[in-house]
Amino acid sequence: MSRGGCKLAILIGVCSLPLLTGCSPQDLSSSTALEPHTEGGPPQMRRLTEDQYRQSIADIFGHDIVVGGRFEPELRMNGLLAVGTNEVTITRTGFEQYDTMARAIAAQVLDTEQRGTSVPCTPKSISEPDTACATQFITEIGRKILRRPVSDNILQNKLEMATAATRNTKDFYAGLEYALAGLLVSPEFLFRVDVAVPDVAKPSHSQLDAYSKATRLSFLLWNTTPDDELLDAAESGALDTHDGLTRQVDRLLTSPRIEDGVRTFFSDFLGFEAFDLLEKDPLIYPAFNNRMLVDAKEQTLKVIVDLLVNQHGDYRDLFTTRRTFMTRTLGVAYDLPVRPEQGWEIQEFPEGDPRAGILTHLSFTALYSHPGRSSATLRGKAVREQLLCQPVPPPPNDVNFTIVQETDNPNYRTARERLTAHRENPVCAGCHKIVDPIGLALEKFDGLGQLRTRENGAAIDVSGELDGIDFEDAAGLGQALHDNPKTATCLVNSLYRYAAGRVAQPNEEEWLAYLDDQFARDGYRILDLLRRIAVSDAFYALDDTETSPTLEAFNDG
Amino acid sequence: MTVNINRRRVLRGITNGAAITVALPFLDSFLNDNGTALASGRPLPVRFGTWFWGLGVTPGRWVPTQTGAGYDILPELKHLESFKNQINVLSGFDVKVDGKANVAHQTGTVGCRTGNVPKDNKSQHPTLDVVIADAIGTDTRFRSLELTATGNPKDTYSWRNSAQLNPSEGSPLDFYTRVFGPEFQDPNASEFTPDPAVMLRKSVLSGVAEERADLVKRLNAGDRARLDEYFTSLRQLENQLELMLQKPPPAEACVVSESPAELPSGYEIDTVVANHKLMAQLLALALACNQTKVFNLVYSNSGSNIRKAGESTSHHQLTHEELPDKDTGYQMQSAWFVERSMEAFAVFLSALDGVREGDGTLLRNTLVFAHTDTNFAKSHSVTAMPSMTAGSAGGRLKTGIHIASNGEPITRVGLTLQQAMGLPVGTWGTESMTTSSPLSQLLA
Repeated sequence: MSRGGCKLAILIGVCSLPLLTGCSPQDLSSSTALEPHTEGGPPQMRRLTEDQYRQSIADIFGHDIVVGGRFEPELRMNGLLAVGTNEVTITRTGFEQYDTMARAIAAQVLDTEQRGTSVPCTPKSISEPDTACATQFITEIGRKILRRPVSDNILQNKLEMATAATRNTKDFYAGLEYALAGLLVSPEFLFRVDVAVPDVAKPSHSQLDAYSKATRLSFLLWNTTPDDELLDAAESGALDTHDGLTRQVDRLLTSPRIEDGVRTFFSDFLGFEAFDLLEKDPLIYPAFNNRMLVDAKEQTLKVIVDLLVNQHGDYRDLFTTRRTFMTRTLGVAYDLPVRPEQGWEIQEFPEGDPRAGILTHLSFTALYSHPGRSSATLRGKAVREQLLCQPVPPPPNDVNFTIVQETDNPNYRTARERLTAHRENPVCAGCHKIVDPIGLALEKFDGLGQLRTRENGAAIDVSGELDGIDFEDAAGLGQALHDNPKTATCLVNSLYRYAAGRVAQPNEEEWLAYLDDQFARDGYRILDLLRRIAVSDAFYALDDTETSPTLEAFNDG
Repeated sequence: MTVNINRRRVLRGITNGAAITVALPFLDSFLNDNGTALASGRPLPVRFGTWFWGLGVTPGRWVPTQTGAGYDILPELKHLESFKNQINVLSGFDVKVDGKANVAHQTGTVGCRTGNVPKDNKSQHPTLDVVIADAIGTDTRFRSLELTATGNPKDTYSWRNSAQLNPSEGSPLDFYTRVFGPEFQDPNASEFTPDPAVMLRKSVLSGVAEERADLVKRLNAGDRARLDEYFTSLRQLENQLELMLQKPPPAEACVVSESPAELPSGYEIDTVVANHKLMAQLLALALACNQTKVFNLVYSNSGSNIRKAGESTSHHQLTHEELPDKDTGYQMQSAWFVERSMEAFAVFLSALDGVREGDGTLLRNTLVFAHTDTNFAKSHSVTAMPSMTAGSAGGRLKTGIHIASNGEPITRVGLTLQQAMGLPVGTWGTESMTTSSPLSQLLA
C-alpha cells in the first residue's frame, strides 16, 4: 500500500489502528509517513509563565537585566500548568506588577551603559525626537518582543509616544523608554496569541501562521521566545515547508538549550511548583533546611537531563536508575558522604540502599508528605494521577479518619496497619485499594524522605502491588512502574497536552495512539518524541470553526 | 470622551504645560463641627471587607444559645466579648447545593461569597467584594487590596470568575511597599505637584488600549473575554494614575508608619499570627489613608493548613482524625485552633477600632464580613454556616445582634451586605439560594 493510500484509508476509517503498523513498515523511520490526520484544536491564547517571561527578557536584552517583580500565581489544569496558561488572564494586581517590571526593564535597557548596544542607531540630537532612529529601534526590538513584525498601527502608536515623551523630557532615550515600556505590557507580549491563516491546501480550513508556529516551537523546545533565526525562517516562508520546519526543529533539538525545554516540561509534569510553598517542621526533622528542598528539586532535574538528554536514554529508566547527583546538603538527608563542599557529585546509590529511581528521591517523598509526617496516600495518588494519568476521586465528605491518626494505638503502629483498618470502610476501600499499595512501598522514607526502618517500634513492611504486579520494596515499585505500559502512554499524552496547551480533542485520539506506538519504537526516547511532535502536522493544526472571522480579519490587514 | 482623544490631549498637555502647585489648608480645618463629615460636606468614606478563617467552628461551642441583642458568649467567641456590641453573629444559614457536589472546603466558601454553587468547580460568578468594589472602589488608588497571613498568594477568595483569582499579598513588607512605597501620596501634605512622569505613564497605557481592536479580531469568544479582563486591569491602572494626578482628599487619621521588617512566612501558627497582626495594622492604615475602600484578609485558608510547630498533624488533619475527648465530648485540639482564629479576628477588629475617624473609629465606618468554608469541618457540612459582621458601615447597619436562621439561604446575608453598602440590588443568589429578603432587622 502506498503512503497516500494508507493516509486516505485512515481518513475514511478503513485502516484502523491495530493495522496501522502493518501498513507500510518501510516508512517507520519517516516521521510523517503514517501520521494520522487531525483537525487540531482551537487557537490558543496562553499567558507567559514566570520562567518564560524571565527567559524572554534575558534573551532579548541580555542576562544582566534585572527582572524585579512578582508574578501572578499559575493555574494547574488537567494535570499541567501549561494547560492553565490558556485559562488565566491578568488581574489588576498582576497588571500593576507587569507595569512596574516593564518600566524597570526599559530603564535598564536605555540607561547610559546599555543604550549603545540596545539602540541600533545614533540620534541626531540626544534631546530631540528622531523619527528615523526611533522607528528603527521600535521595529527591531518590537519584532523580538512581539514575536512577529510590528504592525503599522503599533509602530505609529509607539512613535507618537516616544516623540511626546522626548519633547516632555528633552531626552531622546527617555522617549524610547516609554515606547519600550508600552511594548512590554502589550497583550501580544504577555500572551502567546495564535494567529490563524487559511490553509492553502484546504481553503475551508485554517492553520497557524508561520510566526505562531515559530513561537510554539521555541517555547516547546527551549521555553523561551523565538530567536532571530527562527523568526527569519517564519518571515521567509521556510517554516511553512516540511524541509524548512525540520531544519529548524533539528537545530533547536541539538542545541544545549533543549535542556531548558526538557526541564520545564518535567518540572510541570512532576508538579515541582509545589516546592515553592513546601514546608517541613524543623522540630520533627532537625536535618531539614530550605537549601535541601532547592537541591532536592535540582537533583531530580539533573538525573532527568543526564539520562534523557545527555545519554539519550529510555524514559522508563528514570524509575529504576541508581545513578544520581548529590550535594553536601542533600547528603545529610540521604545519609551519604559527599566529597565536594560545594556543588554536585555524581553518585550511585550504594549496594544495600533501598533507593532506586526518582520515586525514592526527596523530590517525590518529601513533596508528597505532610509537613510533619509521611503519607502513603499522597504518594500513591501522585503516582496514579501524575505518572499514570489515572485521576483518583476525592474522598467522600463524611469520613472517619480517626484510626489513621491513632499513632499511639498499640494495634496500629504503622501506616500500613492504620490504612488497612481505614480500608475496612467500604466507601474508602475503592480508592485506597489502588493508591495505598503504591504509597506503602515508600514508607521507609519519612516525611522528609530520610530512610527509616521502623515506625513506632514496628518493622515497616514495604511490599505492595501495582496493577497485578507484586513487589517487595521501593525498587520493586520502580521496576513495576517501568514495566507498566500505562507509564509510557501517560508520558506521551502529557507531553502532547503540554505542547498543545490543551487537552487532546476527540479527533486526535488516533494521532495519540500513533505517537504512543512511535515512542515505543523509538526506545522511549524523549528527544525523539519531541521531534515527532515538533515536525508533525498535528502540532500546528487549527480547528477554528468558532472563529469564522479569521479571513475577514486578515483582509482588514 | 474616548480614550483616544483623551490621550492625544494629554500628550499635548504634558508637552506644553508646566506642573501645577497647589497650596492647601491645614489639617485641623478639614472636619466639620460635629466630626461626621469633612468640612467640605464630603462624608467620611465607608469601607467593605472580608475576613476569612478556615475550618468552621466546634458544635456547641460557638453559636450563642440566645438570639437577638444581648446574646450569650460561648467559649469559642470569648475573645470577641469586648466587641460584642460592634459585631453581629449569624448562624443557621445554609449554602444550598441543589443536588450538586459539595466539594470539600470549596463549596461552602464559594456559596457564601458568590451566592452560587457551581456545577463543575469553576465559578462564573463574581465574589461579593468584587461586586461591591465595582460600585464603591473606583475613586481610590486601589479598587481593593487582598492579603493573606499564610504567605501563599493563592490563598484568596476574591474573583470575577475562578480562573482569575485576585492574588493575595503574602508579605507585610511587600504590601507596605506597594501601598506606601514611592508612589504613595500623603493625603495630608500641604503642597501637591502632579508628576509629569505619571502623565506619560498613563499615556503609555492608553496607547496599548488603542491597539486592542486589532487583536480582538483574531480571538474566539472565550479568549476575547480573557482579553477584556486584561484591558479592565489596564484601565484600572490608568484610573489609579489619573488619581495620582489629582490632589488627594485629606485623611485625618492617616499617619504613615515606618516600613516593617521582613517576617518569615508559612502555615506554622505563631508565624501566621505574627503576620496577621502586622497585616491588620497596615491594612487599617491603608484604609485610614484612603488607599482603598475594599479589602480581603485571609487569616487561614479554606481547609486550613495551619499547624503547631513540632506537631505532625495540622488543624485540617485534626478535624478529621482527632478523637473527641472522652470527658468533654469534643475535639479539643481542633477547638484550640478555632479559638485562636477568633482571637485573630479580635486582633483585626482592634486594629480598625484603634483608628479614630470623626467622632467614631475606622471600625464604625467599615463593614466586615467574616466567614469560613464549613460549619463542622469533620463532615465538611455547608448547612448552618457560621458567619459574622463587624462595624456598622458608617451607621447603616445595626450591631450587637445574634440572628439564628433555620436553614434559610446564606445569600440573605450577602444581599444585606450589598444593600448596607448602598448597592441598588434587590435580589441575589441562584437556584434555591435566590433571595429578595435582606436581614431587615439589621438595616438601620
